[in-house]
Amino acid sequence: MEKLFETFKLAIITLRANKLRSLLTMLGIIIGVSSVILLISIGSGLKGYITGQLQGLGSNSLYVVPGNLELKPGGGGSGGTPGAGTASLKFTLAQYHELIQKGITFQAVMGYSENNGTVSYAGKSNTLQVAGVGYQYPEVRNQYPIQGTFFNATQQEAGKKVIVLGKTVADNLFGNEDPTGKKITLSDNKFTVLGVLEKKGAFGSVDMDNQVFIPFTTAMTTFDVDRVQSFWIQAKDNIPLDQVKAEIKKILLRTLKQDDFSVLDTGSIISVISQVLGVLTIALAGIAAISLIVGGIGIMNIMLVSVTERTKEIGLRKAVGATPKIIMIQFLIESTVISVAGGIIGIILGAGGSLAMKSFLPTSVSFWSILLAFSVSVIIGVVFGVLPAGRAARLNPIQALRYE
Amino acid sequence: MSVPKLSKMPILELQNVGKTYQIDSQNLQILKGINLEVKKGDFIVIMGPSGSGKSTLMNIMGCLDTPTSGKVIFENRDVSKLSETELAQIRNQKVGFVFQTFNLIPRTTALANVELPLIYKGIPAAERTALAKKVLEQFGLSPRIFHFPNQLSGGEQQRVAISRALVTQPLIILADEPTGNLDSKTGEEIIKIFQDLNKAGNTIILVTHDKDIAAHAKKIIKIHDGEIV
Repeated sequence: MEKLFETFKLAIITLRANKLRSLLTMLGIIIGVSSVILLISIGSGLKGYITGQLQGLGSNSLYVVPGNLELKPGGGGSGGTPGAGTASLKFTLAQYHELIQKGITFQAVMGYSENNGTVSYAGKSNTLQVAGVGYQYPEVRNQYPIQGTFFNATQQEAGKKVIVLGKTVADNLFGNEDPTGKKITLSDNKFTVLGVLEKKGAFGSVDMDNQVFIPFTTAMTTFDVDRVQSFWIQAKDNIPLDQVKAEIKKILLRTLKQDDFSVLDTGSIISVISQVLGVLTIALAGIAAISLIVGGIGIMNIMLVSVTERTKEIGLRKAVGATPKIIMIQFLIESTVISVAGGIIGIILGAGGSLAMKSFLPTSVSFWSILLAFSVSVIIGVVFGVLPAGRAARLNPIQALRYE
Repeated sequence: MSVPKLSKMPILELQNVGKTYQIDSQNLQILKGINLEVKKGDFIVIMGPSGSGKSTLMNIMGCLDTPTSGKVIFENRDVSKLSETELAQIRNQKVGFVFQTFNLIPRTTALANVELPLIYKGIPAAERTALAKKVLEQFGLSPRIFHFPNQLSGGEQQRVAISRALVTQPLIILADEPTGNLDSKTGEEIIKIFQDLNKAGNTIILVTHDKDIAAHAKKIIKIHDGEIV
């Protein structure tokens, strides 16, 4: 134990005597560890954020989208709602009404569509996403008007040209003016502003408040489509989603074929996105980990140089009683100290970088990634130290003493 | 049957020791049939021209090397077949080396250099430092203990090296041309130290080709072409 402690002290002294060299040797490990930490933190942060956002949509929400959508990476559709393409639109208003009338497990049924449009008011205009939604949107989304009101069932049924603005849109077009009751233009149609929804914040880099809401019925006429893009159904509390799914399928299968539509729930969307992000994170971290191997080779290289440089010293140590084992341990400790010190600096830099990115990317440094980085750097130090340390341990003391 | 007096028992005995090196598939015999006894309190000088095998003999006596034939008996124990680890332990506890080129570890204080063998012996830090300081003080090096080798004169460096050899209280001290890198005046001082150490009861084996130094020895072994002459 005493010997081990002395050997450890010795390694520190030796490394401090060669500060620049030690630091440069660490660099590979520092870069490797910090990028692994950073990438994992971005990956897991993004995953957590997106999952949170989707859960915010309501864990009891179901989406009915056209087409047989086997959930796999790359499936999905545009934006947050899968299957928003227009090519194979299948759903009709008749089916909407059937869902409302026959469904007993549904809290709310909404048609849902996404289109791009330009809104303009008093010379100012803004191109943005136009969401066609149901009148229940504020309750389902838990996002209520801060000014005016949302449209009601009657306005939806009649396909009235009424519009509710996101906070960003209201600020851009109206500034401090109260938009309620004003007329704005959307795709050559005049719309009456009913109200402004409260702020919901950014979803990644997408500003969720930079959109406008109109009845999905109105969206059909405005964007000239005779079908409903998708349904957004909220299940009643305490009813299993499978049961709700089954009921949706039962109702729609009267008029549609099995392959015509898919019912998705937030859980399955979340699992797909987590899967994709997880694979992506591991792939990126794996690429970054290559630099750890390069760093390890750097350590091995410098340790071999160090053994050669200190041949005479090793010979002397052996002459005064150092066993091959203790010489081996001395050099193993040196390489491990280099790589662990590099690892710790890398962890600090990676975590620091991740904190610095927090203002524009949702990053989170996980404990397991720090643990992983730390143990990987220990392993690298030992593995890449074995060859040089073994060489030092095997040196013949007489030849080593004579070495000039 | 008379029991031999303990002090007259050989510490180290070489029986018909030979050493052969193989260089380019040719056998090169460095030592042949060496018989030698070292008793406690001996002051033996080994002389011989370069290439005569005196350094190899020293290395074998100091357990740095093993013979290819014959036996090396160290305190009634045959050490000629021991493993490297076991040899290291004997060197650590029974042998003190002094080299021509001092062989102090650079960027390490005089004190730390002297403490080195004690570290490998597993002596706790406080005791180690006390022992090393005591030996250094004995050679008038107290003001120099925190100096690095490159801040010391040749004579001082060799005295630090002698301190390092002595600090474990070895059975024998082996010095390989300890004055070879020193001017004659400093060399004399170092030889004086070895004489004093011998008077104090230490067993010393010294390799040199300086006849004046050999004059101080109790016993001179001349070696030529690997044989004692």
